Formats: sequence, C-alpha cells, structure tokens
Amino acid sequence: MSRLLPFFGFLLLVALFGFGIWWNTQHDQREVPSPLINKPAPAFVLPKLDDPSQTVSRDNLLGKPYLINVFASWCIACGEEHPVLMTQGKSIGVPIVGYNYKDAPEDAKAWLTKHGNPYDMVIADQEGRTAIDFGVYGAPESFLVDGKGVIRYKRIGPLTPEVIEKELKPAIAALAKEPAP
Amino acid sequence: MSAHPFAGAHQVREKPTQRKFRNRALGALLQLGLLLFTSVSFAQAIDPLPFKDHAQEVRFQALTRELRCLVCQNENLADSNADLARDLRHEVFDLMQQGKSDDEIKQYLVDRYSDFVLYDPPVKSSTVLLWFGPLAILLAGAVVVVVTVRRRGRAAPVAMQDEKPNDEGDDW
Repeated sequence: MSRLLPFFGFLLLVALFGFGIWWNTQHDQREVPSPLINKPAPAFVLPKLDDPSQTVSRDNLLGKPYLINVFASWCIACGEEHPVLMTQGKSIGVPIVGYNYKDAPEDAKAWLTKHGNPYDMVIADQEGRTAIDFGVYGAPESFLVDGKGVIRYKRIGPLTPEVIEKELKPAIAALAKEPAP
Repeated sequence: MSAHPFAGAHQVREKPTQRKFRNRALGALLQLGLLLFTSVSFAQAIDPLPFKDHAQEVRFQALTRELRCLVCQNENLADSNADLARDLRHEVFDLMQQGKSDDEIKQYLVDRYSDFVLYDPPVKSSTVLLWFGPLAILLAGAVVVVVTVRRRGRAAPVAMQDEKPNDEGDDW
C-alpha cells in the first residue's frame, strides 16, 4: 500500500492540473468583478455627443431603469456587439444610454451614422475620467442601473444574444418586480 | 461560440507604437549618454508629472508600483504603457496633490476596481486560503515527516534483532 502512495499523490496532482485547465476554459482570468454592483452609480455630468452644450447627469436619469453601454469607434469588439444592439436593443425593454468612451466626437458620430444608432441617448466622455468612477477598464462594458440610480448588473465584454437572454433580461425582469421608486 | 466568450475582445485604446531608432548605433550612444548624465537610480514614470519635490516623486513611484494595471494585468501602474494606466497615474497624482494619504488613494481605486488593483491582497475570509494555505500545507508536510520518522524509529530495532536487511521498499 505505502508503495503506491506516491502514485496516488501523482494522480492527485494530475487531477488538480486537469481541473485547473478545465476551470480556465470556463472563466475569464482577465475579468475584474465590479465592486459597484448594488451600489449607487457614481454621480456624473457628461455632455451629449450630438450636442455638447447639453449635459446629462445621473440625477436626470433617475426614475426608471436604463442600460449604459460603453462603446468607442476604435473598439473592434464594439463592432461585433453593435448588430446585436441594433436587432435586440429594443427587445430588452429599457432605454440604452450610449457611453462614448475616449473617442473623438467626429469619429463616434461617423461610426453611428455608418452602423446605425441603437441608443436612446449618447453621452461622451472624451477624457475617460468619469469612466474611472464607473470602474471601466475597456470597452465594451454595460451597466444596468435601476430607477433609484443603483447599479444592478455589469457585463464586461460584448453583449451577445446569449448574454442578453441568460443574464441581462432576467436582471431587468427582477427590477420590474420591485415596487416603483 | 468558443469557451472564451470574449477572450481578447474587451479592449483598451492602444497608443501608436513608438518609432524605432533608425540608427541603432546612434540609439546606443544616446542611451549611454543618458546613463552617464542621469543620477536618478529608480525608473522614471513614463510621462513626466510636475511633482512638488523629490520626496513626493519617490512616494508616487512606490505607490504606483503597488497598484496593478487593469489592462495589462501583469504590470503595475508605474511601468504600464496602457492608456488607462496613464489616466490612473494622473488620478493618483491629482489625489496626492489634494493631500490624500496612500491608504486613501488605494481605497479610492479599490472602490472602483475592487481589491484586484492591489498587488498585496488584504486578509479577509475570501483570501484566507491564499494567505495561509501554503503554511497549512507546510505544517501537514511536517506532520507526515514526524510520523514517518517515529514509525521508522520503532521499526528499526526490530530489524536489527532479526539481522535481516530492510528491503521492504519503505525507505522512500
């Protein structure tokens, strides 16, 4: 028996190694979970993309849930996400606020003209300072904010039909069951 | 759909790559010159910031070295060339100018990006295994060694009485 002990030890290590490989295929190591879930969205005041003289603040948007979608014309994954928002954006049942991140306004406008505009409103953060308050570290990212201004869900990476069905829509449905603020 | 839903898809804005020296010899000479004329021994921040004094710069360097860049996750904020790392360095710099302490600045970033920004994870229930796991394994190993040695100590005199060589293969 004791002769076989090292062999069992070896098998244990192999199993651990295999589990590690499997686990890594199921999880994205680079994803940093947001500490802002279930916390109030940071107060922000940002200009609208199409009319910078008008600003939008967090408090302007209080009252009903909305989705913030961080995008940029330089972001290739946003280009993959875009058609999904174009076809399914209306079906989620909450307004989508486009958050144009570290982008030149003319580039962003040209991009939206070329590919279509799935947003109910687009705000621009050219410096990316407000994005730091939101914990944004890339694009695309999406935040579901409820009527009280609390972040309820965050998606890091593109929204896919799968993610919309399995994560976003259930999160929105859960909000609808709560009493109105 | 691959197993990685967005591996490599979540993006950051990259700077255009810096132009290489056309003349490598000239580049080497320039570097030598820089070495000779620079008395500062620590690495400089990638972008110059208007520090009040040398002490503040040293503090800034030490602090940004303890913070992780969210984009190139194996790099610290001090060394990273990513756009976001530069923004965060400026943020750290601004907070320093406002008189915030190192702990306050770290907390500011943790509030936004979670403990992940700290190279030293704090001790709490979710990190207990990380902090004390190796110690537990070491202690378990020590217990195994002690038990093995004791057992062998009891077995050895018997083997000598029988005057048989111990070839039971237990001596690994």
